[in-house]
Amino acid sequence: MALPAGTKLASAVCTAQGIVIRPPEADGEITCGGVAMAVAGEAAVAAEALAEPQDGQALPGKRYVDQTTGLEVLCTKAGKGAFAYDGRPLTLKEAKPLPASD
Amino acid sequence: MHTHLLLEMAADADPDRVLVGSRPHGMTLVGLLNAARRGAAFLDARAGATVTYAGLNGPCFAVAVFASSIAGRPFTPLNYRLPDADLRRLLARSAPATAICDAEMISRLDGVEGVELISVEDFARICEGEGEAPALPDADQDVAVVLFTSGTTSEPKAAILRHGNLTSYVLSTIEFLGADPEDATLVSVPPYHIAGISAVLTSIYSGRRMVQLPAFTPEDWVDAVVAERITHAMVVPTMLGRILDVLDARGITLPTLRALSYGGGRMPVAVIERAMDLMPAVDFVNAYGLTETSSTISVLDPESHRAARASADPAVRRRLSSVGLPLPVVELEIRDEAGEQVASGTVGEVWVRGDQISGEYAGKKAIRDDGWFPTNDAGWLDAEGYLFVEGRLDDVIVRGGENISPSEVEDVLRLHTAVQDVAVLGVPDQEWGERIVAAVVAPGGVAEEELRSLVRAKLRSTRVPEQIFFYESLPYNETGKLLRRHLRSEITAGLDQRVGDVLAI
Repeated sequence: MALPAGTKLASAVCTAQGIVIRPPEADGEITCGGVAMAVAGEAAVAAEALAEPQDGQALPGKRYVDQTTGLEVLCTKAGKGAFAYDGRPLTLKEAKPLPASD
Repeated sequence: MHTHLLLEMAADADPDRVLVGSRPHGMTLVGLLNAARRGAAFLDARAGATVTYAGLNGPCFAVAVFASSIAGRPFTPLNYRLPDADLRRLLARSAPATAICDAEMISRLDGVEGVELISVEDFARICEGEGEAPALPDADQDVAVVLFTSGTTSEPKAAILRHGNLTSYVLSTIEFLGADPEDATLVSVPPYHIAGISAVLTSIYSGRRMVQLPAFTPEDWVDAVVAERITHAMVVPTMLGRILDVLDARGITLPTLRALSYGGGRMPVAVIERAMDLMPAVDFVNAYGLTETSSTISVLDPESHRAARASADPAVRRRLSSVGLPLPVVELEIRDEAGEQVASGTVGEVWVRGDQISGEYAGKKAIRDDGWFPTNDAGWLDAEGYLFVEGRLDDVIVRGGENISPSEVEDVLRLHTAVQDVAVLGVPDQEWGERIVAAVVAPGGVAEEELRSLVRAKLRSTRVPEQIFFYESLPYNETGKLLRRHLRSEITAGLDQRVGDVLAI
């Protein structure tokens, strides 16, 4: 499925939400907690909610990347699940915030 | 991604946060989004391919930035302080355009071919109410902003910033909604300055409430900080000196202020030291950047300010006049005229590379195919990688084959207590190619020879100004840039006149 920049994503298994800020170079499936995410406001698949937070759980304001395809997702709402793309866990992109300069 | 997505994200995550203006009646994130969407629908229905903005800073400016982005129209803020003829010429260069302008500007701008005018008030009215989510344009390479450079000698260049340049700067340097709900930033740079654009984008994304000063006066600035409980602000160096004078005169400090950043010109060390001593709790940040680099590329952070101020080591102390370290997302090199990287301590041209660097003008790319951009600024790195910017490359004085940076001599002259302001310039010289002259503001008076011996004692004899001219004040533009070329041609013309007088006798 195409994921242009600006596509909104919502987890089917937790409260996590995100937005695509860099599109992937190859089509694939974006998941949270191992279940396909609802893309661009489509209905989420029915799935059981996660009981416990996963490793790499979605944290608001953090950016997550797939090194293979360049996909970059900004988490806009926190959740217990972790993002993955075609089964590859997305990794946290560390950004060193700048002291306020403008 | 397009810049409006920054607003979409923030408005989605925290819709009711007041972002523009005073609490509690200021514009919220979702209010700003709605206004921008309605503004975009209006702009979309006009013939104008670009959107220009000529007016004071205000909420409408922030709306117009995002409305243009949603409508997929390049946004071009114009310097409303320019003489009518110049302003109309820039407007004509932007045509076909929809021009949003302050009501009193309409008579000045009316009748330019291909330009439809709308007042800020009318635009604000159109933007009231609920907006609909439109189908959004999105391409990194779309032109987001066009800014005309100040162009002190020639026709202004139109610097082009693409959406990808601006959003990569924001995403890689700002923490999403990382601001405290109580934070407020005071914006006093004008809308047509790159810092005015980046202030809007970074405030939205960090969720920091933005208070806009329509036009800068030091009194208004201080009043606004007090009244709005301002925590953050950005100023240009000339503003800071005047602000400190007001604080001294009123005998107050600014207890709510936590962070003060400055940039856009060289900060005299005496001024920043005075500011640090008056407000020791404030975090000072020196930010260096150009229009063509989407704002900041190098930062002297608060810890480095304090370390430099407290240090007995001259190399560390000196960093107070540096612009700090390059951002982690920007590569920076100092290169000589042949394009070779030079050793630390050697002056050369500052080159940068990174996603935020546009290095592009209408009809001309200054950025190289490998992504490196020559800034035309002269600078050097110290042993720890701190960047010292010495001014524009064109301003470097070449005397008898030796490169002399004006700022080096200026810094020494400023040490003299009688000197309030100074500019060091090169003027044509038959024997040396160029010779050094100084323009000095010293209301109390000072002997020329005293200044010369000071330079001779601190620097080499080749650095000593051969002539010193005394001025009541030096010419600056409204964003605090010294008009060196103006000053140089005035001095050169005066010298020619004198030579003419001598010959006539």
